[in-house]
Amino acid sequence: MPTLTRWLIKTALVYFVASLLIGVLLAARDAFGLSPALAALMPVYFHLLMVGWVTQLIFGVAFWMFPRYSKEMPRGREGLAWAMYASLNAGLLLRALSEPMHAATTAPFWAGVLVVSALLKWSAGLMFVANMWKRIREK
Amino acid sequence: MPRLSVLLIRTALVYFAVGFTLGCLMLVEKAVRIDPVLWRFFDAHVEFLLVGWTVQLAMGVAFWMLPRFEGGTSRGNEPAAWTAFFLVNAGVLLAGLGSFLGLPQAVSLVGRLCEAGAALAFAVHAWPRIRPSPA
Ligand code: HEM
Ligand code: HEM
Repeated sequence: MPTLTRWLIKTALVYFVASLLIGVLLAARDAFGLSPALAALMPVYFHLLMVGWVTQLIFGVAFWMFPRYSKEMPRGREGLAWAMYASLNAGLLLRALSEPMHAATTAPFWAGVLVVSALLKWSAGLMFVANMWKRIREK
Repeated sequence: MPRLSVLLIRTALVYFAVGFTLGCLMLVEKAVRIDPVLWRFFDAHVEFLLVGWTVQLAMGVAFWMLPRFEGGTSRGNEPAAWTAFFLVNAGVLLAGLGSFLGLPQAVSLVGRLCEAGAALAFAVHAWPRIRPSPA
């Protein structure tokens, strides 16, 4: 298993646990009538689950198992793949932080961080597609 | 990788790229208020990423990797898997774009029906392949 795959899958597992704990917190809010402000965690909860866990796990397995890019570069451009990893996780963490902060305050700082997080995640997505496209082929 | 898996996985990647782009636009709109019309991408964002990307990718990998028949030469009921491919994409487009284009609710309903039909067709295809690998 390549090093990047191990990083992707282990990071994904951390998000898996973290997102389901946030799911527990959301259920506790409903059950015990905790602060309505916790509702701002809804999008955090399922984006950590669907991007941090499901999508990142897919990325890890695809990078490892999909047909080779070429003989010399079996997994495509590895530098691009590492940049994707950094960008995706920086984007996820910054969004998890800034989305509730932006809901709670009107500080332009958090709006700015939210924009940066969106662009980081988006560029990570494009890097993944660019590196993977040619590896999805017959033979 | 068989042709149908190439189609399923590449189509999934296209939905992924578009769905991420729409999510990015909505998030930027949330932060700095460009134009609330961007929220009309909401259904497309959800449908493209949950079904177009995640579900379709899983179908592509399953079609490729599940145990085969007849000494590895046959994937069994391929027409059922092709049906799932066409239905899932019709469904994602109808359910995802119906509200964006301001079409009647019935369009989204038909889309969801197509998605359910795709699930059924794929289950019919995959069911007999879930078994011990032939030696
Ligand atoms: C693969 C697994 C899961 C997926 C894909 C998933 C997905 C979702 C989605 C999309 C929503 C939002 C629905 C809406 O817009 O109203 C949601 C809500 C919720 N989920 Fe999950 N979920 C999963 C597992 C779990 C688990 C294991 C828990 C609990 C530990 C959980 C707890 C919640 C709660 C409490 C809400 C509602 C929050 C609220 O409305 O206050 N989920 N889930
Ligand atoms: C696999 C990837 C993704 C999946 C499955 C996904 C799924 C979802 C779902 C189910 C909702 C609806 C929540 C609700 O019911 O309120 C949602 C909302 C949203 N998503 Fe995503 N998403 C993904 C990636 C992204 C990315 C990459 C971005 C931004 C860069 C993004 C931005 C948003 C925004 C801004 C909303 C609206 C949140 C709100 O209600 O305020 N999503 N997404």
